[in-house]
Amino acid sequence: MLIGVPAETRRNETRVAATPTSVGRLCALGHEVLVEAGAGSRADSPDEAYVAAGARIGSAAQAWGADVVLHVNAPTLDEVALLRPDAVLISLLAPALAPELLDALVARGVTALAMDAVPRISRAQSLDVLSSMANIAGYRAVVEAAHAFGRFFTGQVTAAGKVPPAKVFVAGAGVAGLAAIGAASSLGAIVRATDVRPEVAEQVRSLGGEYVGVPADEGEQAGSGTGYASVTSEDFNARAAVMYAEQARDVDVVITTALIPGRPAPRLLTEEMVAGMKPGSVVVDMAAAQGGNVAGSVPDEVVTTPNGVTIIGYTDLPARLPAQASQLFATNLVNLLTLLTPGKDGQLVLDLDDVVVRGMTVARAGEKLWPPPPVQVSAAPVAAAPPPAPLPPPAKAPAPGRRAALVGLAAALLFLLAAFSPDQLIGNLTVFALAVVVGFYVIGHVHHALHTPLMSVTNAISGIIVVGALLQLGHVSTVVTVLAFLAVLLASINVFGGFAVTRRMLGMFRRA
Amino acid sequence: MSASTAASAAYIVAGLLFVLSLAGLSKHETAKAGNAYGIAGMAIALVATVGLAWRDGDALAVGLIAVAMVIGAAIGLWRARIVEMTGMPELIALLHSFVGLAAVLVGWNGYLSVEGAGRAGGSGAEAEELGLPVGIHSAEVAIGVFIGAVTFTGSIVAFLKLSGRIKSNPVVLPGKNALNVGALVAFAVLTVVFVVSPGLAVLSGLTVLALALGWHLVASIGGGDMPVVVSMLNSYSGWAAAASGFLLDNDLLIITGALVGSSGAYLSYIMCQAMNRSFLSVIAGGFGNEGATAASGDVEGEHTEVTAEEVAQMLRDADSVVITPGYGMAVAHAQNAVAELTRTLTDKGVQVRFGIHPVAGRLPGHMNVLLAEARVPYDVVLEMDEINDDLAATDVVLVIGANDTVNPAAAEDPASPIAGMPVLHVWEAGHVVVFKRSMSTGYAGVQNPLFFRENTRMLFGDARERVEDILRAL
Repeated sequence: MLIGVPAETRRNETRVAATPTSVGRLCALGHEVLVEAGAGSRADSPDEAYVAAGARIGSAAQAWGADVVLHVNAPTLDEVALLRPDAVLISLLAPALAPELLDALVARGVTALAMDAVPRISRAQSLDVLSSMANIAGYRAVVEAAHAFGRFFTGQVTAAGKVPPAKVFVAGAGVAGLAAIGAASSLGAIVRATDVRPEVAEQVRSLGGEYVGVPADEGEQAGSGTGYASVTSEDFNARAAVMYAEQARDVDVVITTALIPGRPAPRLLTEEMVAGMKPGSVVVDMAAAQGGNVAGSVPDEVVTTPNGVTIIGYTDLPARLPAQASQLFATNLVNLLTLLTPGKDGQLVLDLDDVVVRGMTVARAGEKLWPPPPVQVSAAPVAAAPPPAPLPPPAKAPAPGRRAALVGLAAALLFLLAAFSPDQLIGNLTVFALAVVVGFYVIGHVHHALHTPLMSVTNAISGIIVVGALLQLGHVSTVVTVLAFLAVLLASINVFGGFAVTRRMLGMFRRA
Repeated sequence: MSASTAASAAYIVAGLLFVLSLAGLSKHETAKAGNAYGIAGMAIALVATVGLAWRDGDALAVGLIAVAMVIGAAIGLWRARIVEMTGMPELIALLHSFVGLAAVLVGWNGYLSVEGAGRAGGSGAEAEELGLPVGIHSAEVAIGVFIGAVTFTGSIVAFLKLSGRIKSNPVVLPGKNALNVGALVAFAVLTVVFVVSPGLAVLSGLTVLALALGWHLVASIGGGDMPVVVSMLNSYSGWAAAASGFLLDNDLLIITGALVGSSGAYLSYIMCQAMNRSFLSVIAGGFGNEGATAASGDVEGEHTEVTAEEVAQMLRDADSVVITPGYGMAVAHAQNAVAELTRTLTDKGVQVRFGIHPVAGRLPGHMNVLLAEARVPYDVVLEMDEINDDLAATDVVLVIGANDTVNPAAAEDPASPIAGMPVLHVWEAGHVVVFKRSMSTGYAGVQNPLFFRENTRMLFGDARERVEDILRAL
């Protein structure tokens, strides 16, 4: 089918919905591609590159009139009028926020897929433009902050004196927040981050940040048990505010990314907190378009407060990395078209039984399909006629109480065993128990690649039983001597074979 | 310093060297040193023991020791030199059986030289020399023989299964759990009888019982669980050595046996975790027996075949390639061809990495050894957890002889028998090429929906020949 890629018309938009690379992959799926002249010029993709990748160059009307139209931003109502009634439009549509556009698309009879309505399931991750754009935005937020910040991010000791590293505080550890943490820490700053979900602490640390939680209140557990959720929540907010105020006073750069879907952005930094920041500090409010996390932020503007704090409210952070954002956006689109072109024959198949496709399709041939039914995760197998195999019980750690009981029982048994043993056996048991523990710990962090050599070396070592057989060999009885002889022979095979084969294996492992 | 204190001192040093040896084996950098520590420890222990025998002035004993050890060493070194890396699991299983048998022999000798001799000579002089009541000594004999015999037959069965001499399907006897428990109860009864009145018949019965139990335990475990079995037998062989140590009042044997036993048990535990299964359920056997029939018919679909030339084209266009090998690579001896493919692609500027599932193959770390043999650098060979997140950004994944470890049903289908088992998420990559001999199921007996995915291509035939075809096409 013919895929049209019109240029973006929104003010300050630099991205484009297809790059030369993605055009090549679209052609490989059996499609033809028509790109509006100059569509990629701001994303470092000149028309010639598209032609070289197999696309044609055409006018805006031709691009909008294609069978399938790929676009970054939602079309204007004028642009909707350019669409053919049986066309497929794939772009950001914000169906929940722009009902009048949705109605226009339905009235026009087009089939529309919203890239911002991808269900959040793991299979659909490769289509998720919100994640890929948030990643870019988080990175760019740090770059903007570094640009506005009058100092180094990294600490240095120079002949001209010592420079302390900048302290960066990231509020919200979603995709954008994590990208910001990674970018800031790789610039050398000390990065702290917070999030209402304490489970992201590990992700924060993995990127080099330090997780700052809202300090827990002793009474909170009891409070929530009584059902006064709002009180607890107010209490929580109060403690969070204290934490934010402390961080604001201490750090040089604050990046806020807190968004709640379908609601105004939560206010994290109040005017007093901003006023308490050091002169020269920078705040990047990534939620400025949704009302802002920071008091005083203005969408698309840079504001400097009376005390010298710069508040950056850009809402087009992804578009400030045009080539990168276009590349990721285009790749997400290619992944979607790969899903929609199962035969790789240029035929688009819209399988509405697929929850991903169903979730994204907001309009089809004059029919409004928004909102989609909730994504069902595992209801289908239950309905199957034969009873499904019983689910394997999830591997649960034994309850602490049971565990303690088991440990106690084992200790009591061991005690009884030892208490009724002669001295010599006690000595043996002591050695045995300690060696068991040592054996357990000594291989605790064995590298996965070394399991086999470890096993063959332990095997060789367990040939130590040869010592036992050796001690019996000098015995008077012929039977005993013969048996011991055999045992020595067998164990020797183990000892020599085991060490030799381990040596051979280890000799093979090499680094690149 | 007397000869016996010198020997004890040598034993302590040897024990510590073994600890260092195991510790060294957990990292690549120290692994060779670890092996050397092990050899040193063993040498010290042997010299000390032979020295003791020499002091006793028993020339015959020293001569026999020399003969037995030379023969054993010759066999061991010969096997170690000729074994192919694909045959590693069999060799290790066989070696475990030797330890088991040696433990049985040592146990019998313990009986013959104490209780047996006491009965014949009417004095029990050796028992007094050991400073132990005869009852405890008898119990130690019984336990040592039992563990040794279970290890012996278990390892033999594992060896036969791994080398393909017998079928690796689990043997299901009626009431197998009752049989196992019954055998343990019978062992306890026989031990008590043996302690009360030690006799050759009781010990023989006990040995036969243990041999039968060892056979049944491993026979009822399917081929897919072999990594756990081998590592479990490794642990058993350690416990057998420790039991002999109790019997002979030899701290070195106890220390070493306990080290091997507990480290082997821990390794088995890691393996079980990688399969999301409890240790007990693996030992009790029968994974997949119930689930296989229930699930095998559930997944149907069209698979798409591909030729080696097309795969070569795919690889040429790719920026990053991940290879996930499984037991099939070992069976087909494809590791050298795969390594050659890796080098060819790397020279062309393609990033090639390996993703190894913890239970791929029939031995923990089996794939790593094979790839090392083929001179694949170990820093491109990554663990499942290290590579899983990168798979979505990978252009082509080559699944070479792996099945259950790349089964999306484990992650997506809660009714699947392998649900919840961590798997390599190969289906998230751009393209998946599955090298496979046929459409049959893997060891878990579960059909693999991966083969019917839209981005999956099947390349049928012998893995090595197909990889060589691709190399020619490149």
